[in-house]
Amino acid sequence: MSSNLLASLASALGGGEVRIVDLTHTLSPDFPVIVMPPELGQSAPFRMERISRYDGGGPAWYWNNLSFGEHTGTHFDAPIHWYTGRDLPLNSVDTLPPADMIAPACVIDRSEQSAKDPDFLFTVSDVAHWEDQHGRIPERSWVLLRTDWSKKSGAAYANLQADGAHTPGPDAEVMRFLVEERGIIGLGTETIGTDAGQAGHFSPPYPAHHYLHGAGRYGLQCLTNLDQLPPTGSLIFAAPLKIQNGSGSPLRVLALVQD
Amino acid sequence: MTEPLPKPKRKNPLARTNQPLLPPSSRSRKAHGFTRAAAHGRFMLQRCDECGQYTYPTRDACPNCLSSNLPFRDAPASGTLLSETQIGVTSDPYYRERMPWRAGLVKLDCGPTVVAHLHGDCGGPGSLLTLSLQLDRAGQAVFFGKPLSETPHMEDDRQLRELTADPKHRRILLTDGRSSLAPPLVQALKKAGAAKIFVGIADRWKPFDGRAALEIIEGVELVDLDLTSERSVQDLAKDIGAKVDILINTADHVRQVHLFDAGAAASARDTLDHTLMGLMRLAQAFGPVVRSRGADGVNSAAAWVNVLSVHALSSVPQFGIHSASQAACLSLSQWLRHELRQGGVRLMNAFAGPLDAEWFQTVPPPKLAPKTLADAIVDGLKRGLEDLYVGDVAKDLEARLLDNPKAVEREAGQ
Amino acid sequence: MTVAASEAYGRGRFARARRGYDGVVLAVPVTVPYQRYSIEAAPWWMGKALRALSEGAGISHREFDGFSVASFTMGPDVAIGLTQHFGLSPRHIDHVPMGGAAGIVSIRRAARAVQAGDADIVACVAADTNRVDSFRHLLAGFSRFSQDAVYPYGAGGANGSFALIARHYMDTYGARREDFGKLCVAQRDNALKNPNALMKKPLTLDQYMSARPIAEPLHLFDCVMPCAGAEAFLVMREETAQELGLPFVRLLSAIERHNAFSEDPVQVRGGWVVDRDELYGMAGVEPSDLDFVQTYDDYPVISMMQFEDLGFCGKGEGANFVRSNTFTIDGTIPHNTSGGQLSVGQAGAAGGHLGITEAMRQLLGTAGGTQVKDAELGIVSGFGMINYDRGLASAAAILARP
Repeated sequence: MSSNLLASLASALGGGEVRIVDLTHTLSPDFPVIVMPPELGQSAPFRMERISRYDGGGPAWYWNNLSFGEHTGTHFDAPIHWYTGRDLPLNSVDTLPPADMIAPACVIDRSEQSAKDPDFLFTVSDVAHWEDQHGRIPERSWVLLRTDWSKKSGAAYANLQADGAHTPGPDAEVMRFLVEERGIIGLGTETIGTDAGQAGHFSPPYPAHHYLHGAGRYGLQCLTNLDQLPPTGSLIFAAPLKIQNGSGSPLRVLALVQD
Repeated sequence: MTEPLPKPKRKNPLARTNQPLLPPSSRSRKAHGFTRAAAHGRFMLQRCDECGQYTYPTRDACPNCLSSNLPFRDAPASGTLLSETQIGVTSDPYYRERMPWRAGLVKLDCGPTVVAHLHGDCGGPGSLLTLSLQLDRAGQAVFFGKPLSETPHMEDDRQLRELTADPKHRRILLTDGRSSLAPPLVQALKKAGAAKIFVGIADRWKPFDGRAALEIIEGVELVDLDLTSERSVQDLAKDIGAKVDILINTADHVRQVHLFDAGAAASARDTLDHTLMGLMRLAQAFGPVVRSRGADGVNSAAAWVNVLSVHALSSVPQFGIHSASQAACLSLSQWLRHELRQGGVRLMNAFAGPLDAEWFQTVPPPKLAPKTLADAIVDGLKRGLEDLYVGDVAKDLEARLLDNPKAVEREAGQ
Repeated sequence: MTVAASEAYGRGRFARARRGYDGVVLAVPVTVPYQRYSIEAAPWWMGKALRALSEGAGISHREFDGFSVASFTMGPDVAIGLTQHFGLSPRHIDHVPMGGAAGIVSIRRAARAVQAGDADIVACVAADTNRVDSFRHLLAGFSRFSQDAVYPYGAGGANGSFALIARHYMDTYGARREDFGKLCVAQRDNALKNPNALMKKPLTLDQYMSARPIAEPLHLFDCVMPCAGAEAFLVMREETAQELGLPFVRLLSAIERHNAFSEDPVQVRGGWVVDRDELYGMAGVEPSDLDFVQTYDDYPVISMMQFEDLGFCGKGEGANFVRSNTFTIDGTIPHNTSGGQLSVGQAGAAGGHLGITEAMRQLLGTAGGTQVKDAELGIVSGFGMINYDRGLASAAAILARP
């Protein structure tokens, strides 16, 4: 039975009835990373230094050394990332159950609102509005918040002002709701974090991190191409690197979409 | 009268770039007493501690009393020109390109007779002169004779310009536009006649206050430069490497952590990445092209400046990681100096005390105003110096280190 | 001044009358013809000279029991190493690294050795090669003082240093370029009669004056041309020369003095001034008795200084002395009759020996085209080692036909 299912999938992929959408940004040195106050520890940006390129360092081969923080580029947040998830079992990327690496997605489009207001807050009423059209969010689904923020770059993407970043994200209530009332597997965003740019001023601060990780759920951020996904029916493949005790990792996020 | 130096024309892309040559550079070990004096802009001679006579050339025994106690001491720098020549022919390749060359025999008021390079505005034999010790293109100390008083465009003298790194008509790269040093340094360089000032900005997506003020200054061009990224540094060198006549590395990274803090290693790594590795990346990307342009006309590559903290010279526990990074930068700068010297390009280290800027907020005064440091750097370039100690704290530390480095170490952090 | 100088420098409180050079003679003057550049090493030129001495003396070179050598380019060898190179087994050995004074210093040392019986026949050899670019290395590393304090200032070498001395001399005493030119033109005239001279073309005063500047006030014809070559002669007792049947000349007197007048801010005189009374006193002659003068002519200003310091005229009167005399072979003062270094070439350390071999030929009557008629008494002078700002070594000898 299962072999037939996979054979069907393979056939659908080959025939184009099922498409693969890459939701990942290219890892490059100039992709913005989260900024903390400078006296605090900082995430290392992505860096690549050559070991050899068919030269004296290695005559026939090309390879590089990479360095980056766990939360660089399109990346995955594990529960251990936040203090609220520190005591949970299986809370780091190396212990992440493989079953959680593949899950369906609900894509909630709030791109128009985000275009008008960089501080747009995603609320329970947005969820209610979506559920009116597409039905209740199933348990263990990803909620992907489409803002089209991924179409911006550089300064406009980070949108740092003197009072901090101004980027859209969820308010505290919707996070509590999605985690406790809907049992989602995680939240995915196009911005640098799962939280809004000004979320440090919310109560609790950084509510996406607070509620998701406190309940053993996950975050995906710096996603792109969410505009190519249907509101429902896509399947997300998100398998972070297996880093011992890792709090997250850059990863390739793929979505299967049946046309 | 010195002819004012004309603004250099754009380079002929079909012409071969003149390769740098060096003046004769062999010296006895004792003669490096002059190297130290010239590097710091001082005028010193060997003076016998027993009979008090000044002596020259450098000796191992006093010709008057045979004492071997002949330390270098600050000496009066005035003298009278006894004789002079215009050398027209030499077998030395460096001087051959620079003939004729004016040199003279000067009787110093304090006794010895020295052979010296002469400024074009010096009068003939019998004229009174002021002498200075300068570092030549080979990094070796030489005597230079100037008229007693300033003359118009004095700094443009052909022979003097070989002994300085005057910013006039030269193109400058400041590596960190976010530094509080950047605005006053840009102003000082412009005042000194710099033709163009590239100002590096890391992470353009992070706004900063001074940006608009820098952007509107004529002759200033903001460029992407992130010293923590090899690619960023390499990319900029590809664009403007051959147009950088003076590189001023203003990058710094000051974080206060305790050695035993859990995050200290990560902080150290971060600091070293911005400072030591940043300098390393700069050296790799810009070093070769800067060195190759040491004799490239009026706006040849002339100097590389590292703004370092005096913490490089002795650790200050409150700034332990900063101290370690600066010491590492000092070591790397000496390596780089050796490499650049082969192209006739000088490397100047400006050792500064705590700047009156955010990262030294908790440090009590005296603190160094960024403008004071900027002016000192430009003055150092004009004089062709190699080591600058800028501000009261830096000068104090230099003197104390010379006196007793162990005392400096014990008293640090008290 | 001379007396005061003698007291200050020459005859210290322990001095006693010097012993004369009675019975000391020089024989077999040898010149190995010069080349502008040579691909050979210094020992090649020494070997040629030693062979010519041997053939000239009619004995094997193994019978030379004294060996005195001067060369700038024999490194890394020293004199002792050369004995093995040439198959010599001397009992008196000397390396005289004194540049233009080396020839006369060699004579003085050899003379005392043969007088005392420490040696019987001393071969005095000076030789240098001149490879393309070797002169630059010689200048760059000439001395510690020069390396530290002179060469980095325009790398003019000796030209730059003597330009400073010449300019000061001209400013102080009123000498003109024309006066230097007169000496150079006369020497060129002499050189045209010397087949060994490298300079083969006549020189006019106009050509001298209009020549390109080398280091003002020195122009091209004020400067010697470095070349490869060798000069040599034998020093022995008169009885040895007679036994071998060799024609010889007598050594009447010789002086040397180093680092004299160090308090003069610029060099205007050499150490000859200190010892010249003794030089003439030992020889029992006066400057006016001399039939010719071989000065050390690395630059004509130094020749002019020697006229003063060797007593032909007073200090500062050199220019006038030149104006009122003629210096060709048939002149009032036959001077540098071979053409001197200025027209023959400067074969390194052999430059100081050139005047000696030429003086010997004049007194032996074998000078050929350059022969001064009835030459019986002559003076030869050496000068050298511009260690810093001045030549340190000065020396002179008076030679006579037996």
